[in-house]
Amino acid sequence: MSHSTTSVSQRPASVAAEGWAIELEKINKRFGAVHANRDIDLKVKRGTIHGIVGENGAGKSTLMSILYGFYTADSGIIRVNGQQVDITDSRHALSLGIGMVHQHFMLVDNFSILENVVLGAEDSGLLAPSLSKARAELKRLASEYRLDVNPDAIVEDVSVGLQQRVEILKALYRGADILILDEPTGVLTPNEADDLFRVLETLRDQGKTVIIITHKLREIMAITDAVSVMRQGQIVATLETKDTNPEQLAELMVGRRVLLRVEKGPASPGKVLLEVKDLVVSDDFKVPRVKSVSFSVRAGEIVGIAGVAGNGQSELLEAIAGMRPPLLGTIAVNGQPVSFHGDNGASRLRAAGLAHVPEDRQRMGLVTGFEEWENAILGYQDDPTYGKGMFLDIDAARTQARERIEKFDVRPPNARLKTANFSGGNQQKIVLAREMERNPDVLIVGQPTRGVDIGAIEFIHNQIIKMRDAGKAILVVSVELDEIRSLADRILVMFDGVIVGEADPATATEGELGLMMAGIGATEAAQ
Amino acid sequence: MSARRPIPKWADVTLLPALNLALALVVSGLVVAMIGENPFEAIQVILYGAFGYGDGVGYTLYYATNFIFTGLAVAIAAHAGLFNIGAEGQAYIAGLGAIIVALWLDQTHWLITVPLAIVGAAAFGGFWAFVPGYLQAKRGSHVVITTIMFNFIAAALMIFLLNRVFKPPGVPSLESRIIAEGGRVPQLRQFWSYFGYSPVNLSVFLAIAALILVYVLVWHTKLGYALRVMGQNPTAARYAGMSNSRLIMIVMSISGALAGMVAINQVLGVNNRLVEDFVAGYGFVGIAVALMGRNHPIGIALAALLFGVLYQGGNELQFVMPNVTKEMIVVIQALVILFTGAMEGLFRPSLERTFMLFSPERKVEAVARNTPSTES
Repeated sequence: MSHSTTSVSQRPASVAAEGWAIELEKINKRFGAVHANRDIDLKVKRGTIHGIVGENGAGKSTLMSILYGFYTADSGIIRVNGQQVDITDSRHALSLGIGMVHQHFMLVDNFSILENVVLGAEDSGLLAPSLSKARAELKRLASEYRLDVNPDAIVEDVSVGLQQRVEILKALYRGADILILDEPTGVLTPNEADDLFRVLETLRDQGKTVIIITHKLREIMAITDAVSVMRQGQIVATLETKDTNPEQLAELMVGRRVLLRVEKGPASPGKVLLEVKDLVVSDDFKVPRVKSVSFSVRAGEIVGIAGVAGNGQSELLEAIAGMRPPLLGTIAVNGQPVSFHGDNGASRLRAAGLAHVPEDRQRMGLVTGFEEWENAILGYQDDPTYGKGMFLDIDAARTQARERIEKFDVRPPNARLKTANFSGGNQQKIVLAREMERNPDVLIVGQPTRGVDIGAIEFIHNQIIKMRDAGKAILVVSVELDEIRSLADRILVMFDGVIVGEADPATATEGELGLMMAGIGATEAAQ
Repeated sequence: MSARRPIPKWADVTLLPALNLALALVVSGLVVAMIGENPFEAIQVILYGAFGYGDGVGYTLYYATNFIFTGLAVAIAAHAGLFNIGAEGQAYIAGLGAIIVALWLDQTHWLITVPLAIVGAAAFGGFWAFVPGYLQAKRGSHVVITTIMFNFIAAALMIFLLNRVFKPPGVPSLESRIIAEGGRVPQLRQFWSYFGYSPVNLSVFLAIAALILVYVLVWHTKLGYALRVMGQNPTAARYAGMSNSRLIMIVMSISGALAGMVAINQVLGVNNRLVEDFVAGYGFVGIAVALMGRNHPIGIALAALLFGVLYQGGNELQFVMPNVTKEMIVVIQALVILFTGAMEGLFRPSLERTFMLFSPERKVEAVARNTPSTES
């Protein structure tokens, strides 16, 4: 901690004038045949917010891991505040004033915020002096950077946004002067993301340097001063944010023109295929999370459910998919009410013609330890296509898996590869291929493009629209308001377990929807 | 500091167990040396005792038969994410099913009795595992706890039944009446005199059949697919519409039925009567067998053979080296279980590092690291 402050104050005048916090020269890193970072040159100006965008696998995380001392570069030069350094591990990186906020938080859930901040940075064997020092330091940081937290709150009780704030505080407490954030808004609600941006701006104004890795162009445009675009291990451009636009960045990222806006014709809704009536669903702790929800989805339309994460959407999806028996209410597919008896409800809904792309593909939709073809039959394993009687026709399953890999452009095209080794976008394609190719009447999709590349997002959206145009009823639940607005033909907004309003994506503004998502009804919002 | 890369599969299933075994043997050798015997001689005695002559081979196979059954029982439950520690009790209770059929039909032919006894043993053993399965599926009591408790219940119940039901009047020891020829599993020595007086019997073929059956079940049937999904990701199983509760009960029953096959080997193949505590720890060793065999039938067959060697060779060692007492043999067996079972991950990190050093991709990386850095 003291090290970083001294190195800042003692830096040569010429460097201070230039003001580069980080300078990378010709950084190379290979993993076997994969050239993850290729001749990377990057300069980050002190006191700015620098964005790094690129698709999954473009090498952003590898580059930041090198900067954070998690990997060592095969070749190249790193300068921090003008001084050439050889970062050996993350402790070393911290002593140079580089702090990292990971995408997945590294917090002890049942410790207090104060304890988490101190954890690993204790001064001595006795805890009390460190804790009181940290308490004073937290107070100072709170006033300086507007990072208010209750130091005695238990981490698991606070919101995800606050947990992230704790991660930032941890880095600052350890003397971080350069803060790296890896996909910081992936888990945040729009409001929490705005809060984060305000914090980052304050940090910048106080002279800290912030590097933010993301694939969301809107965020880049909103808060960064400069942006570097990575593609296939290389930095293809570094631009001043004010001189660029999302379309240009997307094109640089993907290497071709990308449609950010979904192109679709008007919907022609037919008969009701999915009908949900007075549904009440509770979570694992028997707390009702869905409180009397009714709606219907017609053939040939996409209904989008918008809302801040944690307002009952997950439980609603699981209930409709047959994974969570509702306390009250009915679900009818194709006019047939579904029974909720037993713990294999999902198989009955599949039989009724409903397919489900789950919110959390790794926890639910895939067995990551399985080979690709094994996941390509998950949920349909009892289908005669995959073998009559009790035996599994492995050849048939693999042949079909290969066909679908080709059709959905899953990369690498290898049905025998362990599913964990596919990227997020390709894993999502595996799930989509499985659920869409069954030609269901009703398709429910949770977070269609969470953690998915821009290129793959376009593909996934087009597939969903194709399904709609083929006369299927589609329900999309997403916390990405942009996605709902561009995809849905009708928007339902969920707040605190109730549908608070319905909106037409063509006319509703983001402001109106935002108010509804905050629990203010449609009629009030319109006023 | 690089990301961890798993070692190749062949090394995981062969090299790692071999290293663990070697370490176990080294430590055992030290123990033998400490009591003043020559460890190399001891190994020679063990190997000769296990493979050197017909009787020895027969005994080794006989022990391995039991270990295959209990190892498979533990393994199939493990594939479904369940830890069945109750193979001991399940095999014990299965003795009831075996002996009831045998006592009833031993005046007929073994071709009638034994298949029915197999069904009986499977039913009783399966039931003894089904109950913990039911309790976990419907009541949420963890099978690890319940199967352990069921071992004790089984022990008490069997003593009660032996005393009150099966013990013929006037017999002082706790055992049933002896089964007649028509109720016994034929001995291999009846066909091959090579096996001398060893108790290896046709059950060894039942064990081989069980290995194949488990392989087919786990990797080539829909049930096997479902249980592997549940074992690796129960939420995905629910998503896929599988009934986890039903699967738990089915898998536990199959597991118990496999453990129950020990009763065929022991009761109908060796003892020819139901005796107290005939399972003698085979059920518990099955956990180590499954661990060492990576829950795969081929691995289990090899691990079972290894433990057969240790059991038989250990007996021989005790005979040849009087300094090595019965307790010493138990210590050596325990060391092998400790190193191959409980501490099987001991060498994994260093092995992973070694493999990264020698793998071709790693070499490419190293070359790439050295060449461009000279120009920069």
